[in-house]
Amino acid sequence: MCGIAGLIHRGKSADVGSELTSMLQALKHRGPDSTGFALYGNPREDEYVMRFKVAEQEDMRHGFLIHDQVKERKAEVDKRLEESGVRKTAELDATEYAFRYRFSFDGDMKRTADYVEDIEGVEILSLGNALELIKDLGDATVVSEQYSLSGFEGTHAIGHTRMATESDVDIRSAHPYWAYPYNDIAVVHNGQLTNYWGFRREMERRNHRFMSNCDSELIAVYIADRLDRGDELEEAMTRSVDELDGVFTYVVATEDKLGMAKDVMAAKPMVLYESDEFVALASEEVAIRSVFPHEIDTYDPYEGEVKVWQS
Amino acid sequence: MAELKTTDSPLEMGMHTEQLSGRTQQVFFSSEEGDNYTYPWADEVDLDKSTEIDAEGLEGKEVNLKIRDAMGQGYGTITVLNPAAKHSLGVGILNRLNLRFEGSLGYFGCGLVDGPNIVVTGRVGWSCAENMMAGTIVVEKNAGSTFGAALRGGDLVCKGDVGSRTGIDQKGGTIIVGGRAGAFSGFMMQRGRMVILGNAGKNLGDSMYDGTIYVGGAIEDLGVDAVEGEMTPLDAQWLTQKLGQYGLETPNGVEKMTKIVSGKQLWNYDNLEPSEKKLVL
Repeated sequence: MCGIAGLIHRGKSADVGSELTSMLQALKHRGPDSTGFALYGNPREDEYVMRFKVAEQEDMRHGFLIHDQVKERKAEVDKRLEESGVRKTAELDATEYAFRYRFSFDGDMKRTADYVEDIEGVEILSLGNALELIKDLGDATVVSEQYSLSGFEGTHAIGHTRMATESDVDIRSAHPYWAYPYNDIAVVHNGQLTNYWGFRREMERRNHRFMSNCDSELIAVYIADRLDRGDELEEAMTRSVDELDGVFTYVVATEDKLGMAKDVMAAKPMVLYESDEFVALASEEVAIRSVFPHEIDTYDPYEGEVKVWQS
Repeated sequence: MAELKTTDSPLEMGMHTEQLSGRTQQVFFSSEEGDNYTYPWADEVDLDKSTEIDAEGLEGKEVNLKIRDAMGQGYGTITVLNPAAKHSLGVGILNRLNLRFEGSLGYFGCGLVDGPNIVVTGRVGWSCAENMMAGTIVVEKNAGSTFGAALRGGDLVCKGDVGSRTGIDQKGGTIIVGGRAGAFSGFMMQRGRMVILGNAGKNLGDSMYDGTIYVGGAIEDLGVDAVEGEMTPLDAQWLTQKLGQYGLETPNGVEKMTKIVSGKQLWNYDNLEPSEKKLVL
């Protein structure tokens, strides 16, 4: 089933960490397996922020060697970043296996990302000037507390509560997906894509990387590919409604935009609230009500509809 | 159970007579005709006795239990405050009741009801009034998809826009949409009437077996086996009466509405499915 949610403040920033936590917790019944957040802080032009993991949460429960391995993998990440010319300015270890680095860099980001991900067990969850992508097993409150997301100041955010159906219960199959290697693009999705394998092979031929077997990852890669070919975000999303087959509603965010697209069958739910200051969208209105308890006007977008909002 | 009222009017309107038994198949449901039905276990309520329930901080199930408790105490007019889009509120009510939700409902609101008159001042989520059997539900704002799925009787009214697959598998009763209806509305419709005052999305009435859809605005396209029927004075009379009942009107007049019925080339209740016809379609 899965639940998706997004919000964007227009012209100001707010505690999007707490707001999205409330919305996703209200959607817990749609997917209790894992929860993911893509939070957009105030961008710093001269600095990158990178979230990455060196093991799955499940790995940490088995074997005696894993604790040494995560240390070795992290040390190798540090070594390779340094070799690539990355100048680390801040480091945060939310868990034993997931980290947040802030750094300055002016080299080839894709090459550096590829070099880091070449280490066994290492996956870059997000990379950009504003985006911070956090995902782990558990409901929204558990993940939010684990990664101290309350108080995260930013302009917009998207998130996901996952009920695993076509791939495993693990972090690599959890949403959101970062549109590797493009800065600050993340996607959450509710639905199933039926032309996943054909499209995946096409994308792989175009040198895009896939970290999971989750069909939702294809949307992030697809959007990245279209942006790479020069499409505007809304153009890429409109094209996706024609080209991606299946039933889906997805939400995508970039450094300063939030967008949603719904398949032509309108088979997956989405409720919208729009005002001049704020836009909230979710699989169920109860999520929007968790941040807007008073009476508001909401509506369902129609089949094949694509919408994009600016922060 | 009272005897089913019959009338020749449906035939004049190009529809089958209602063959199914039970009061929920009444052609012209009127909430004023409530005296002729009751369930043995239904609560005896006094419509002049009213109370309020504040849903804030309560689970949906707790709200429903409070409604049931109030009915058990004879309250016939109940106002629920702060429903906050909770799911499955107001379901399974099988007696006369004036129920008012001051706010919005989530998914599956007011399903399986048989008799109450319900007003929702906000919006409703997916599958509102699924399998509703009798009564009236009036939604003041918008509604989500599958509004009135498998509706069997009563009047279901949304004054705003509704999502896709409105009245999917509708088996009776009346659905009225004040604004626009999404794609696949009337999909596999079997009985009853649907009135869309605004525009209708693509594949309207796809695979409908029977029933009638009236559209005041533009129709994006018709689904398989849905065809345009002839508007008769009786159609106009019924529309005028029914819309007037809920304070609704169509800008161009009911005579200008488009009437959609089943072409019955694919399948209908009176013939077995001719597979060769299906191939032609």
